[in-house]
Amino acid sequence: MHYSIVIYILGMVLRVEAALLLLPFVTGLIYREPQAWAFLLVAIITTAVSLLLTAKKPAKYVFYAREAIVSTSLAWIIISVFGALPFVINGDIPSFTDALFETISGFTTTGSSILYNVEALSHASLFWRSFTHWVGGMGVIVFMIAIIPMTGGYNAQLMRAESPGPTFGKLVPKVKESAKILYLIYFGMTLLQIVLLLVCRMPVFDTLCMAFGTAGTGGFGIRNDSTASYTIAQQAVLTVFMILFGINFNAYYYLLGRDKRQAFRMEEVRAYLGIILVSILMITVDIRGAFDSLFLAFHHAAFQVSTIITTTGFSTVDFDQWPSLSKGILLLLMFIGACAGSTGGGIKVSRVVLMARMVKQQIKQYIHPKSVSVVKMDGKTVDHETVRSVSIYLVLYVFLFILSMFLLTLDPSKDLLTDFTAVAATFNNIGPGLALVGPTRNFAELTALSKYVLMFDMLAGRLELYPMVMLFVPVVWKKN
Amino acid sequence: MRVIIAGCGKVGITIVERLVREGHDVAVIDTDSKVISDVTDNFDVMGVVGNGASYSTLKEAGIEDANLLIAVTDSDEQNLLCCLFAKKAGGCNTIARVRNPVYSGEIGYIKEELGLSMTINPEYAAATEISRLLRFPSAIKIDTFARGRVELLQFVIPEGSVLSDTAIENLPQTVRVGVLICAVEREGEVVIPNGQYILRAGDTISIVASPNHARNFFSRIGIDIHRVRNAMLVGGGTIAYYLSRQLLSYGIEVKIIEKDRDRCEQLADLLPQAVIINGDATDHDLLMEEGIEKADSFVTLTGIDEENIFLSMFAQQHNAGAKLITKTNRIAIDDIVSKFHLGSMIHPKNITAEYILRFVRAMQNTIGSNVETLYNIVENKAEALEFTIHADAPVVGIPLAELATKDNVLIACIIRKGKIILPNGQTSIEVGDSVIIVTTHRGFGDIKDILKA
Repeated sequence: MHYSIVIYILGMVLRVEAALLLLPFVTGLIYREPQAWAFLLVAIITTAVSLLLTAKKPAKYVFYAREAIVSTSLAWIIISVFGALPFVINGDIPSFTDALFETISGFTTTGSSILYNVEALSHASLFWRSFTHWVGGMGVIVFMIAIIPMTGGYNAQLMRAESPGPTFGKLVPKVKESAKILYLIYFGMTLLQIVLLLVCRMPVFDTLCMAFGTAGTGGFGIRNDSTASYTIAQQAVLTVFMILFGINFNAYYYLLGRDKRQAFRMEEVRAYLGIILVSILMITVDIRGAFDSLFLAFHHAAFQVSTIITTTGFSTVDFDQWPSLSKGILLLLMFIGACAGSTGGGIKVSRVVLMARMVKQQIKQYIHPKSVSVVKMDGKTVDHETVRSVSIYLVLYVFLFILSMFLLTLDPSKDLLTDFTAVAATFNNIGPGLALVGPTRNFAELTALSKYVLMFDMLAGRLELYPMVMLFVPVVWKKN
Repeated sequence: MRVIIAGCGKVGITIVERLVREGHDVAVIDTDSKVISDVTDNFDVMGVVGNGASYSTLKEAGIEDANLLIAVTDSDEQNLLCCLFAKKAGGCNTIARVRNPVYSGEIGYIKEELGLSMTINPEYAAATEISRLLRFPSAIKIDTFARGRVELLQFVIPEGSVLSDTAIENLPQTVRVGVLICAVEREGEVVIPNGQYILRAGDTISIVASPNHARNFFSRIGIDIHRVRNAMLVGGGTIAYYLSRQLLSYGIEVKIIEKDRDRCEQLADLLPQAVIINGDATDHDLLMEEGIEKADSFVTLTGIDEENIFLSMFAQQHNAGAKLITKTNRIAIDDIVSKFHLGSMIHPKNITAEYILRFVRAMQNTIGSNVETLYNIVENKAEALEFTIHADAPVVGIPLAELATKDNVLIACIIRKGKIILPNGQTSIEVGDSVIIVTTHRGFGDIKDILKA
């Protein structure tokens, strides 16, 4: 591995973070909070470290897949560590482990919290907490590529390591341009949501934080009841935007382009919307008795389905109290996740669609042993390499899942459903699970070991497993 | 500029590499998904898996907004079809590689009818390059600027030449001919020399001069400037055919050694003036018998790189005076091969790529940049560029000595109203001049790029 280039990239990422840390500082100044100064302090520290790391420019921009993957996972760890510092320094979250958990949960757009009383936090901290969602949603590295001029043309490797989905396709020939387009769409949609929320008379500070949480499909709320106390109209806006941010961003690019029909032809988007619709209808029927009107049942079903499938994690009602069919559907949705190329997590709809087709193909193979068939997606044959990587992804996914669950069972104070859903909620970047970590509870009571395991899960889930696993392979660290 | 490249073979990749380095937006199309994933891994380009001649694939690659399509798949028909569709779909410029002699024969008609901007025949281009070298055997490489008025020649300083151990500033007294040394390669390092630089035997130097001056210069420094009288070609493929035709038309005797009996008969039919030998050139006795020791030049054109290199080494051992030309397709590690003194190395893919890039440069000229011609010199370690000077250029009217140019930039030549000026410190650039810059920097797009930021 070429360490110098990795260090350089980490320095660059920190520079971006230092700039971003100024936003909560300004927020804090507006509200005249003493906690704000922690953000300025950390911004200064981060800048200093960044300057130190980038002081020596790498002699050669040698950059291979290995360096890209390691830089990505290390970048996410390092921004989380520095991002957690202000919470510790200003005393909003005194324990470093908890602060780190909260920050990783933010950057990975998970939304699992260790806080009992969110409303006690300073505005600066609340803003930063939600803003990490927005940054993490589209990716720090993508952001860095879009704004910082980088020499050397191997940005594609970096962007690939951070972009969710089985395959990585650029919108336009240049990575930098692709990154810019993505962020422009992202920014535009966030802005639209803020405006709509303001129209629905949500307080300004809330609109910002909720929009960040929705855009990154994160799920941190700024009230103790998450989103339950917002009006129906405000919740409806959140529902629609959660679904929108869970769609593959390529679709929006097509919509902006000449051939708009292309967006509607994307099989992944169709499957995604289909799953959402069917789930909402089923749950509405299942829970209709618990609400005053069918509309209200539909509203809450829609909110819950979108918050889970997009892996956002807001909650309006305690779905832990729902009938088991509804809970079962939501649990399934946790694993499906959002579209590839969106800000959501989970296994990704495109992988699920591909896996379903692979199974179908294999069954056909058993019936006609000599038959030859291919798996198709969007009218194109999916090459063997992708098919293989999708199946192996699932294997690794299950393996890590079981391992994490095992590590969580070491703490005997929890039941198995808690362990299972805690891993599912963090690994898929959703937020709340069921039982002890359900929508009305939180992760604070877990042991430190459990918390670190879940932190790893959140990062692994966000970066599509491999980058985090690679860190544990000794060969990767060998100098060459 | 937005460029689509259909076909990612050897030539395709070479073009991708250069275009990306020059900052163009590149999309590549290939039917092999493995090839596409390799290219997108290594270069900042968009990859599309599919047939370049299919409309939907072209659309996916963004043909509607493209400025240029380069079709370099291994099928002529596909290339032509691809260009035809691209032209109809996007109205862009198109370049097709067409190598079948049947089509090459009527290329003018095809170009006209399909609206192609350029066609390129790699074998023909390589043959032309080789024949140029054989007509001036002392040079390793010859490029021309300003429509042939200026030549850029690359050659090795022989032992005992008057040039060796001479500082460049003393050259005018020594040789009394107006030439300018613009790049020196010594032990793999390329430098743009200044006046104090002392040349040594064994250096590969590049000079800029008018054709007449160049010939005078070579005779002054004691290098043979006569073209070769005969050429021995090993391998009777398409390049050998084109090359023989060109050489024969200059009155150079040609002898072709080819393994395949049928091919020999074909060649004998096509090239009645050439001597066609049916035999294996790796056979030591055969080469001796056919007079390798007396041959003026020896060109290895077989399809196997290793064989070409070894044959050239063999020739070098038995006939040190002969001009050697070695063709390699795959192996492009010139820095190692050049240690064996194998003469000029010819890489057909690079030549094709270079021809196409020259067109791209010229095209770009009409949209923004104003590079007229570009050559890669001294094994791609330096570039020679020709600019046309417009009124707003920040270099106009300033004596060169006062221009704050970047390091490793040399203003090699100014062409003013057809006259060649080898500049000194007092010369200044005027509007309408063509200026040739030699530099180790990459990606200059405008004359102002030579200045310090």
